[in-house]
Amino acid sequence: MNGLGFFLDYSRCIGCQACVQACEECDTHRGRSMIHLETIQRQDSVQTAPQICMHCEDPICAQVCPADAIKKTPDGVVQSSLKPRCIGCSNCVLSCPFGVPKYYAEIDQMMKCDMCYDRTSVGKKPMCATVCPSQALAFTTLEEMQRSRQGHAIQDWTFGQENVRTKVYLWVPEETVRFQIDLVQIQGPSRIQEDRNDVAALLED
Amino acid sequence: MPGKEKTGVLNEDTLHATFWGLVVAVMLSAGIYFGSRRLRDFDPALVSYAGASVFCAFGLAYRYAMWLRRPPTRLYWFRGWQIFLRPSKLAGNLMMFVRLFFQSFVEQRFIDRRSHSRWAAHWLIAWGCILAAMVTFPLSFGWVRFESAPGSQDVYRAFAGGVPVFSFRLDSPIAPLIFNVLDVAAVMVLAGVFLAFRRRARDRGALAVQQFANDLLPLLLLFAVCITGLFLTASAHWFRGLHYGFLSQLHAVTVIFTLLYLPFGKFFHIFQRPAQLGVAFYKQAGQQGPPAVCHRCKKAFATAMHVEDLKSVQRQIGVEYELEGSGHYQDVCPSCRRQTLALAQDMAWRDTRRPGSTR
Ligand code: SF4
Ligand code: SF4
Repeated sequence: MNGLGFFLDYSRCIGCQACVQACEECDTHRGRSMIHLETIQRQDSVQTAPQICMHCEDPICAQVCPADAIKKTPDGVVQSSLKPRCIGCSNCVLSCPFGVPKYYAEIDQMMKCDMCYDRTSVGKKPMCATVCPSQALAFTTLEEMQRSRQGHAIQDWTFGQENVRTKVYLWVPEETVRFQIDLVQIQGPSRIQEDRNDVAALLED
Repeated sequence: MPGKEKTGVLNEDTLHATFWGLVVAVMLSAGIYFGSRRLRDFDPALVSYAGASVFCAFGLAYRYAMWLRRPPTRLYWFRGWQIFLRPSKLAGNLMMFVRLFFQSFVEQRFIDRRSHSRWAAHWLIAWGCILAAMVTFPLSFGWVRFESAPGSQDVYRAFAGGVPVFSFRLDSPIAPLIFNVLDVAAVMVLAGVFLAFRRRARDRGALAVQQFANDLLPLLLLFAVCITGLFLTASAHWFRGLHYGFLSQLHAVTVIFTLLYLPFGKFFHIFQRPAQLGVAFYKQAGQQGPPAVCHRCKKAFATAMHVEDLKSVQRQIGVEYELEGSGHYQDVCPSCRRQTLALAQDMAWRDTRRPGSTR
């Protein structure tokens, strides 16, 4: 993809829903949005975060699929389920470490973000990154990201003891080299009382 | 990760699959031998079709056995049967099976909900092929044969396994239907193939993801089989057998190629797909049991049976979601996973702003 990468920065999301709407326009899943826009803690905060497929190197969704319905293209994009094969079991929905695949009961099929394959395969930006005003979802070069933001991009994650490497980058502080998810992160840290404007602290209620 | 080491297992898998492939191929050969009354009803002109069918049976069983070696497939397959065959539920399950079979297999309504043209194409191709298969396989295996009744040239009799099953007069309305059933099937399939090609040529989503070998080749094969079959009819009826020999060989080549492709290409979904019914039983059984409650939000998000089964599949394939200390990432619902990720990124940034941080 000519040096272009997909960068995700949850903290920039302003909850405008532009990505959700734009995603519905994608030709491979017209009318259905594959983006999850998560409202983090409805009562206390307006913080939202988008989740797209991270396009794992060795996708767990595909490993647990009994129908062998999830395939990766040679350029590393993990496709939506193959329609003739997917038997709608939801193994992928429950196993994806990022909570990405969606199960649609009416068609008995899983669908997921395919990085707008109709667009990215011909060198265009994905829909969501094209419209995202805060560039929480950015499809650009690493140099451009480094020029305009503090921090750096990582592709390595650990969930429990499972290491996952993704094609999509997460934007994090320089100190973070691997993104670790464990009990601490799931339960949240102890609340920091002194700063009521600290969104992260508020979210832990 | 030990579970991901596949090299040693691969040979064992291949042996296992080859074994099942051979069992099924031998069974079909025996079926042909005995079903054609020790080849007395077997038409030697059709031997290449029968041979290709035996190879196809080997390939199908091989691939199916390979497929069942995948831990998630194996789990669903055995669980599905276990749940289906529970004696206390068998009657209800059979009723549900009939309903699901009608909806998913006969009507294929779930495809209609994706798009009408996709459904029309699939339904025509599927039923055209089933109709054709119901005629051609028994004929080429020598299980069914037709001959005129001893006393009258106007009456045709059909035999199955050497036993007369029915007879009909050549001037009866059913006669042209029986003689042309393959043409009817070919027209159905051609109409479906046309609709499918039309969709594939216009739909930008399909254009982006379709591949020649996977999506277009099967349609081309079906087209070739049908059109050469129809040429045979045309040659016999309208052109007094013009090029009949050549055309029948051409038709045989297309059919044999399709049979050889069947186990390895897109057509394999015909055999894979019934697992959808097993999943329906699995889901129903899960819902009758306790739900899985998310470790973080404490809400139900799946069935407990499903989550426990997934954990065991993950152990087998080497996915290690066990959390530091205690707990399991599989017990966190998808929504809480997404929230956790955003919060964890926030925490990482906040840590850099803590007193003492250099930023
Ligand atoms: S993020 Fe989830 S859905 Fe996407 S490739 Fe990875 S495991 Fe599959
Ligand atoms: S829902 Fe479909 S794609 Fe997902 S694991 Fe089940 S069969 Fe595979």
